[in-house]
Amino acid sequence: MGQQIVNGLFLGSIYALFALGYTLVFGVLDILNLAHQAVFMLCAYVALLLVGSLHLHMFAAFPLAVLAGGLLGVVVDRVAFKPLRGRSDSNISGLISSIALATILEAAGLQLFGPDVERFPLGTVPDRSVQIGGAIVSELQVVIIAIALVVMGALTFLVQRTRLGRRIRAVAESPLAARILGVNVDRVIAAAFFLSSALGAAAGVLFGLAFNNVAPDMGRAVELKGLAVIILGGMGSMPGAAVAGFALGLLEVFTVAKLGSSYRDAIAFGVLFLVLVLRPHGLFGKAALREA
Amino acid sequence: MNLESLRDLWLTYQSTVAFIGLNGLLALSVYTTLACGQLSLGQAGFMALGGYTGAILTFHSALPYPVVLAAAALVPALLAVPLGFPVLRLKGVFLAIATIGFGEVVRIFFVNLEFTNGALGLTAVPQRTRVWMIYAALGVALFVLWRLRGSRAGYALEAIREDEPAARTMGIHADAYKLAMLVLGAALAGLAGALEVHFTFMVAPSTYSFARVVEMLVYAVVGGTAIFFGPAVGAAFLTLLPEVLREVGSRVGLQPGPLRPFVNGLVLLLVILFLPDGIVSLPRRLHRALAGRGAAAHAP
Repeated sequence: MGQQIVNGLFLGSIYALFALGYTLVFGVLDILNLAHQAVFMLCAYVALLLVGSLHLHMFAAFPLAVLAGGLLGVVVDRVAFKPLRGRSDSNISGLISSIALATILEAAGLQLFGPDVERFPLGTVPDRSVQIGGAIVSELQVVIIAIALVVMGALTFLVQRTRLGRRIRAVAESPLAARILGVNVDRVIAAAFFLSSALGAAAGVLFGLAFNNVAPDMGRAVELKGLAVIILGGMGSMPGAAVAGFALGLLEVFTVAKLGSSYRDAIAFGVLFLVLVLRPHGLFGKAALREA
Repeated sequence: MNLESLRDLWLTYQSTVAFIGLNGLLALSVYTTLACGQLSLGQAGFMALGGYTGAILTFHSALPYPVVLAAAALVPALLAVPLGFPVLRLKGVFLAIATIGFGEVVRIFFVNLEFTNGALGLTAVPQRTRVWMIYAALGVALFVLWRLRGSRAGYALEAIREDEPAARTMGIHADAYKLAMLVLGAALAGLAGALEVHFTFMVAPSTYSFARVVEMLVYAVVGGTAIFFGPAVGAAFLTLLPEVLREVGSRVGLQPGPLRPFVNGLVLLLVILFLPDGIVSLPRRLHRALAGRGAAAHAP
């Protein structure tokens, strides 16, 4: 029981980080960035290259990979979203252009790294474990949960307490009003994309470490989990995404333990469906009349 | 050219011709929901239901092929009704996410279904599809969509696409129209699924992944969703493109695997950014650009 809870929190912390990236951009732009999962995948490879080929320590490679993710996010904004801003159907066309960019990035990953699963070299992460109560917890799990919590705390502080956070919230409320008040809207949106993709990159590196598995299609599975998480938490709600991420992680681990692993993926979609039908604005979201 | 070499040519390109038609049907199935401003990304799920229905009926019954095809269109269409009621209340992004979830649930269901051999799927499905059948189905679909244009229902769909709250205020039953188009799209996807299964000899869950939906979407958007035949044109263009690219790719030394999705993605991105009405709007644009240059030359 205790073991399952630890495993669930561990999985959930990665889902939560990934989904926070989605929800940050959605909160600001009302646009879903489906290229998020490609950034997640590519940055896991960046970390792998830094550790494997340049022999960097993981604690140096992690921030570099996160930085690379953020920069990639700015590129995603420039290429797939900025040109469409102001077009009447930018909601759907943005979704489609981000699908296009995801396809391109994924194909690039496949071309550059090949279709096979790659692993971090032995000894990249400590493999000791400690016993807490009845559960055996590996140091890696502790570190990953800790990193996730620290990043979430930093993000909350950034959005709630800093100038940049205030601007992001202003643009989320009304881009027009923010522009009139002298906010450089394009730059704020680029910053939101930087943060969002940095979160996705962090999730990607941690996912690669956690399962010691980096592959060009690793983003696909997590993408759908991430969508379930933001729907459950409420689109655009950051505390919602964090709570729902942990909830989905726990739910999945318990399902595997009780029902077997073949239903593991069905759980996320079951949750997705139920929430959309029963409570479309999620646990923490606000209902909106016009979201088309 | 004698008859013999003509037949060789046909045998070589038969499957390409068939896939142009199949992809056209699939592109139209995405178009039906886009026509009223909805983005359904669950078409691969409907296609899987059609494909499996067709294969199971062919293996376990003696029904004639047209009946099998009708059933393959009907099953996903019927399932689209209860799915549509809650799901179509959702708008924009929410609908897209819900239908992604639906498509994945269908795929996972077939992966876990022992009866149809799980993830491996069924092989040695008899080849009952002839190429003309595919084009007959495509022709009927295009005819229906053509007749829809300019009709009362066609105008209603356009109104819903442009501004749904306004359309509702005008007394248009937006939900009924949206549901009808979702059902029509599901039937088209199911039909294409069954036709494909009886052409390629096999049915397996991996055929119906999210990548397949992206492909359909690319056909529809690249062709152009402002007019009903755009998606079919896009499907033809993008089905022929890999044939050309395979030649080019093998000379440049790129792996053929990633090249196809890469080019699909690139074409989709370029079209949505620079040619929002798709390649069918290209002649008109060129014409206008040339006329504009002519006018500029005459200006003092």
